[in-house]
Amino acid sequence: MDRRRFLLGSSSALGASLLLPNRLIAAANADLPAGAVVSAVMDALPGKRPLIKRSFRPPNYETPLAFYRQALTPNDAFYVRWHMGVPDVALAEWRLRVAGPAAITPREFTHPELLRKFKAHEVVAINQCSGNRRGLFTPHVPGVQWGYGAMGNAVWRGVRLKDVLEDAGLAAGALEVKADGADAPTLTGPDFVKSLPMWKALDADTLIAFEMNGEPLPRWNGFPARLVVPGWTATYWTKALTELSVLDRPFDGFWMKTAYRVPRGLFGASGFDSQDTEQNSPITAIRVNSLVIDPAPGATLPVNRRSEVLGIAWDGGSGISNVEVSLDGGASWREARLGRDLGRYSWRQWRFSLKPAQAGAFTLMARARARDGSTQADTLIPNPAGYHHNVVQEADFHAA
Amino acid sequence: MLPEGGFGSLLLCVIVALPTPVIAADETDIVLAEGPGREQVQAACSMCHSLDYIVMNSPFQDKAAWEKSVRKMVTVMGAPLTAGDVAAIVAYLDGHYGKQPAADAPH
Repeated sequence: MDRRRFLLGSSSALGASLLLPNRLIAAANADLPAGAVVSAVMDALPGKRPLIKRSFRPPNYETPLAFYRQALTPNDAFYVRWHMGVPDVALAEWRLRVAGPAAITPREFTHPELLRKFKAHEVVAINQCSGNRRGLFTPHVPGVQWGYGAMGNAVWRGVRLKDVLEDAGLAAGALEVKADGADAPTLTGPDFVKSLPMWKALDADTLIAFEMNGEPLPRWNGFPARLVVPGWTATYWTKALTELSVLDRPFDGFWMKTAYRVPRGLFGASGFDSQDTEQNSPITAIRVNSLVIDPAPGATLPVNRRSEVLGIAWDGGSGISNVEVSLDGGASWREARLGRDLGRYSWRQWRFSLKPAQAGAFTLMARARARDGSTQADTLIPNPAGYHHNVVQEADFHAA
Repeated sequence: MLPEGGFGSLLLCVIVALPTPVIAADETDIVLAEGPGREQVQAACSMCHSLDYIVMNSPFQDKAAWEKSVRKMVTVMGAPLTAGDVAAIVAYLDGHYGKQPAADAPH
């Protein structure tokens, strides 16, 4: 009885208007597959607020747009994404094993041992699912049909992965670090296991995190420990982490070799040379992107009065240099005002003032530019798995 | 397409009465379109995942795309299905949740 739900989707049989009291949760619906709209419901997992349920099992739940008004996404509203059953780990029994052919001395740590032995470190970083916005692809591609909400921004606290790996000792041939969590496949399929190149594993901001936003990780977000790989998509942020393995050759598991791939060169160099093939590369760094938050697209703004639009912008870690807004279909652009800088891996809030001169519909376009010079795509870059949707948003509003 | 049938009218009453409609539903309430092959689909697919995956991924996949998905479940994920099962499941998915205008597909 603690599970509160209401239908999010529009189903003519059920009376769409009655079922859509809140436009904030419906921003993406016009572009999603019809089946994804009708199968979505607002549902609260234990300990979570009602989120947009994409699938019950494994649980894939999307954060509603309204929660992005806050610079940090509340833990109980943070999106949920699993490939397999969600482990229920008892902290007292949890161990982190560090081993592998290129680790000199295998180690095993309890939670208190890790806290005692290694210095704490914090980073503010966006965690974004590789497939965020997949549901907006035209033509649609199979997979979890996410709208805009498979992401969140948080303060992550833990110990540096580098410190833990160096404690075990790295052999000269160390090439990748494989990470496995406590989740396991239902049948005989491949376990969800990922790997990182050494340079990213040894980055000072790559963490084994125990906390997000000052609280222990929720079970749904990887309790008791997860990797935090700032700037890279969330597929590498292994949840309920139990095992690190230092490898001297490329890891060839399904979730590296076959899944989470993009055509080679389509999005630039992967930075993960040992996993590149002639045809494709692993998805790695997040592409520069932005999103209109408040008022939510579809809202009505007053004519001849000043309104302020809040948005966010982010990239894979170079930081946001500016955000421009166009109200004339891209013919002219004006700078939005950037909010506080919480660090180069965090998203950055922006604000834009406007005063509609006449009643009627209008479209606001927002385009972020990163410090590395990259900007959002003008048109969708098709790819088989539906990754890296960062097309300049066209947010429709009314003035009245 | 999802919670439907007799449930729909009850649902409307609840929604009219409350500002935040409350529905007691979970994956067992997902009702797939009736038709030959439905039981095989329910039994096979729900071994590993809820059936909303099917509805969510419709109606944009043609028969070849559904077949690719089902074969992946067998060859990669280990779904213990015979060739006959696969054929029946693909035919059902294509017929009810496929790309062509099918009567039972949502919208």
